[in-house]
This record gives sequence, structure tokens and C-alpha cells, in this order.
Amino acid sequence: MSDKKVNKPRRIIIREEYCMGCRLCEVWCIVAHSKSKDIIKAYKGQEPRPVSGIYFEERGAVSFTLQCRHCEDAPCLEACLTGAMYRDKKTGMVLHNKDKCVGCWMCIMACPYGVIKPDFKKKKVASKCDLCIELEFPACVEHCPNEAIILVDKEGERIDKE
Amino acid sequence: MKTKYLIIGNSVAGVYCIEAIREVDRKGRITVVSDENIINYSRPLISYYLGGRVTKEEMAFRDKEFYQENGVQLILNRKVAKLLVEEKKVELSGGEEIEFEKLLISCGGEPILPPIEGIEKVKEGLFTFTRLEEVDRLIDYIQANKIEEVTVLGAGLIGLKCTEGLLERGLRVNIIELADRILANTFDQEASLILENALSRKNCQVRKEDTIVRVEEKKGRINKVILRSGETLSTSLLVIAVGVRPSLGLVESTPIRCNRGVLVNDFMQTNIKNIYAAGDMTEAKDFLLQKKSVIAIWPTAARQGKIAGYNMAGKKKRYNGLFIMNSVELVGVPTISFGITNPPDPENFEILSRKNEEENYYRKIILKDNKIVGAIFMGKIERAGIFSGLIREKLDVSSFKDDLLSDDFGLLVLPAEYRKHMVKGEGFTE
Repeated sequence: MSDKKVNKPRRIIIREEYCMGCRLCEVWCIVAHSKSKDIIKAYKGQEPRPVSGIYFEERGAVSFTLQCRHCEDAPCLEACLTGAMYRDKKTGMVLHNKDKCVGCWMCIMACPYGVIKPDFKKKKVASKCDLCIELEFPACVEHCPNEAIILVDKEGERIDKE
Repeated sequence: MKTKYLIIGNSVAGVYCIEAIREVDRKGRITVVSDENIINYSRPLISYYLGGRVTKEEMAFRDKEFYQENGVQLILNRKVAKLLVEEKKVELSGGEEIEFEKLLISCGGEPILPPIEGIEKVKEGLFTFTRLEEVDRLIDYIQANKIEEVTVLGAGLIGLKCTEGLLERGLRVNIIELADRILANTFDQEASLILENALSRKNCQVRKEDTIVRVEEKKGRINKVILRSGETLSTSLLVIAVGVRPSLGLVESTPIRCNRGVLVNDFMQTNIKNIYAAGDMTEAKDFLLQKKSVIAIWPTAARQGKIAGYNMAGKKKRYNGLFIMNSVELVGVPTISFGITNPPDPENFEILSRKNEEENYYRKIILKDNKIVGAIFMGKIERAGIFSGLIREKLDVSSFKDDLLSDDFGLLVLPAEYRKHMVKGEGFTE
């Protein structure tokens, strides 16, 4: 995480009434967290496909996507046995260092949103949304065709991609 | 020596206390005294260390620089011999004194040693499993004596985590448990049985409703254990893991009020104004049980240490109480449990459950007056955390009760208004 382009607090807000259930958020999350950043390479098995940082939920006409809320009093931070889960000082985001993670699932137990996933692709580790801290703009928000997920700053003012 | 803040114990409660103090008071001198000889390590990782899954360096949950960056003087490998409440000072073993303005006691727990005939004669091959230095000695002993089989007394969390580490080292384990099932304090009969079956498929045999009444030694080394049932097992290594209790040695001869643990108010303050307590030795508000209790788990110690730190530094912050929860993976079966999992009076609760033994799958939800008060997740633990939120919110679940056990359980089944409040707000705040 050397090249962090984000240095201010920001947050994703979910507007389920606009969600069409297209799941593009999930697709582009996977692409953004792949090594190649290429949709075909990310999906066509040249590398283990990353686990998306999103839970997509759908039943009948209702659907929405959910990712880490980067809580102010994040229960996952206090539950983490290894210090793998940490708060980024600059942005206030809750980030996760997979190298330190031992896959004890204490964070999965503690998260009231249920948005931390177990990832078994390489070493057993927890996995969650990092708000695309290495990009300028979260991929899920950028690619949502109907603004069902939007990005806001600390004051709740909407941030659009430049 | 004088310090503004003195913290006894350098585990999770102590570390979170340091962090909270520094949020409020950037300068006040902090001194930490630890009777262990390591800068920082995560105690629950000792089973991972025993199993060879992490190195000693990887056990640190804060960087080496943490103490320096926070201006903390760390005194390692020293015991606090005496606490002088009136004089506001402690005496270290060796005689040195430290005066404090505010004190946090976070000495943790200590293993319970049941009375066993002949145990005082055993000088070698007898271990408990709570501290890193013990695990180092345990590993040395296993290697030096080419141990292949171990006896573990107690099938609670500590006994089973130790067992898992031993199995990962390729050893055979015989577990002896007094109760009629393993993990009796965490699970019900169904859940325990699934785990027990998984264990028996490994090199592990469990003897239940039995205990060790006598041990025999040979030249000081443990040689045999004799069980209440009459059975005799040859063994050269016995781990005693029947439980832990709060470490109250330091406070016993002081006016600090204790019950099972050190009693604290909602600000983690003992009955002595400038003395606070946090972690496994503390008896504090229990969110579910309408009384104070000792909840010896990591997240509780973290939260209590943090709340104590804020209040010690002058920022008033209330502890709202937590409830027992655990995430334990044993022999490849992940489990998460919350709150009341096996009520002694089930007729007063509503219990929903689903089981698939072949897949090691079990899920149980315990309701009281349409509110969730406990849950067990076994085999599949994804999204279990939502239940911790529902317990905390005391949300009436009658409108979505049928969904609690469904495969696609998620925020979607929650009442729309409640869900919207969850996803539009600031995230979780205390």
C-alpha cells in the first residue's frame, strides 16, 4: 500500500431504492483488486480471482450492495488478535493487513454489518472493502450505472469522480 | 520513580489503555510493568505458535516502536510485589518503588490447578497453557524427550486450543474432561458432539465424565495418570487446562473490592478513586446478564482497557457492557458463538436450530421475548456478526423470525427502516 492516493475521510452511502441488481459493483471491485486491473485477466483465471469486498443481497424486487462501513468505533478493530486490522491515520479508514492476519475470524464475529469475508484463496485470511484506497475513486461507486452507491465526504457532501 | 499513569500488565487491556490515554493526554508519563520478558505479544496466538503457524515475531499485535512512539516506559520481566493504595505506589520485586497518580490493574487470569494426589512430587512434564514462556518450555520438553503422546486435562477453550497446536505438531492427544461434553461452557450437546466427532477423526481421543485423581512420577518426571474411572494412562506430558480465574494476588491484601474478579463501575473504576481495572481479572457490567460478570475474552479486555484509559486521562466515557462471544476454529471446523447458547431452563426461551452433521453444519438461535440472546454458528460462519448487532440492539425479530436460519440471511431480511438506518449512518458507534 505504498501509493495511497486518498488522504481524506470519505464514506460510501447505499441507496437501495436505486439498485437494479446488475452486480457491476461486484465485478469492478474484483477487477480493481486484481493484479492486472484487467477485467478479462481478472476473470479468466490467469491469477486467483480476488474476493470482492462487497456483499450483494437480493430478494424479490429488493437488492442492494453492502461494503465495510469503516465505523467510528469499529468492533472489528478491538476484536482483532493480531493487529492486522488497523485504522489508517490519515483517512480514518479501517484497513486490513493480510500478511498479519491468521484467519481467526474474530472480526467476522464482531462486525454488526456482516461485511468481512473469509478468504481461502491463498492463505486463510479475512477480506473486506478498503474503499479503493490505492485508487482515486472507489471502483464500485464509479461503475454503478444508477447511483445506488455514492461517495460522500466527512460532512456528508457528495464527492463525484473528476 | 514517579509516573502519572501506571499500568500493570502488558496484554491487550494495557495496550488499549495506552492508546486511549494518548488520545486525550499526549504528554503525561505512562509506565507499564510486565512480568513477562517480551515487548508485546497476543496471548491467544500461543496455540498458533505451538502449532508452528506463527513465529514469535509474528505474535506481536503492535509494532516494536509502539511504546516509544507513545512515550511509554516499559518495564519487563518484573513483578509488582506490593500495591500500597493509600501511598499511591507499588513496590516491584527487588525493592524499587513507583509512585503513580492513576493506576490500571490488568493482570489477567491464572490457571486453576485442581487438587490431584501426588502432583507436588512431579518436577517435570507438567504444564499449564496461558503464557508464552510456558509454551517455549513445552516445545523444548516435547523436542528434548521426543514426546509422541500428550494428556490434556480439561476440554474447555484453552485445553482444546492447546490440543489443536499439539495435533498440528503431529502428536497424539488424550483429553480428559469432567463434564459430559467438550466445550461445555460455550456450546450445547449438539455443537459439542460435532466437534468431538471431528476431533476423533484426528489423533485425538476424548474421555468424558472422568478426571485425574492421582499422578505418579519416575525420577521427578510424570509417568502415569490414574483416572476416577479406574483407568491408568502412561504419559510423560500432562497439560492442565481446567480453566482460569482472575489473578487477584496483588489486590487481595488491599481495600480494593473484589467478588470473582475486581469489581468496577461503568467507568472501569474500582472502589478506590484513582485505581481502575480491565481485562480478564475484572468483573464489570454484562450486557446480557443484568449483573456484573467476568468475561475473559479479547474484545472485552480491549474495550475495557480503552474505556479505563479515557477515564484515567480525564475524558468521561461509559462502558456499556459486552457479552460473551467467541470465534474458535478447531480441526478445520470454524465456530462462532454469542451470549446464552445453552440455557439451563430452555422452556423459558424460544430455540431455533438447523443441523447437517455430514457438513459439520449447525446453527442455533436462542430468543427471549422475540429478542436474540444467543447464537451458535458452526461450519459456516459468514455474516455471523450481524447477530452480535441484533443482540446489542435488542431488536424485535418477530417479523423476520423465519429468516434467521435461512441460507441468504443478511441485512435484507431486516425491517427496511432499520436497515436503511444502518447503511446510511456513520457506521457503528458506541
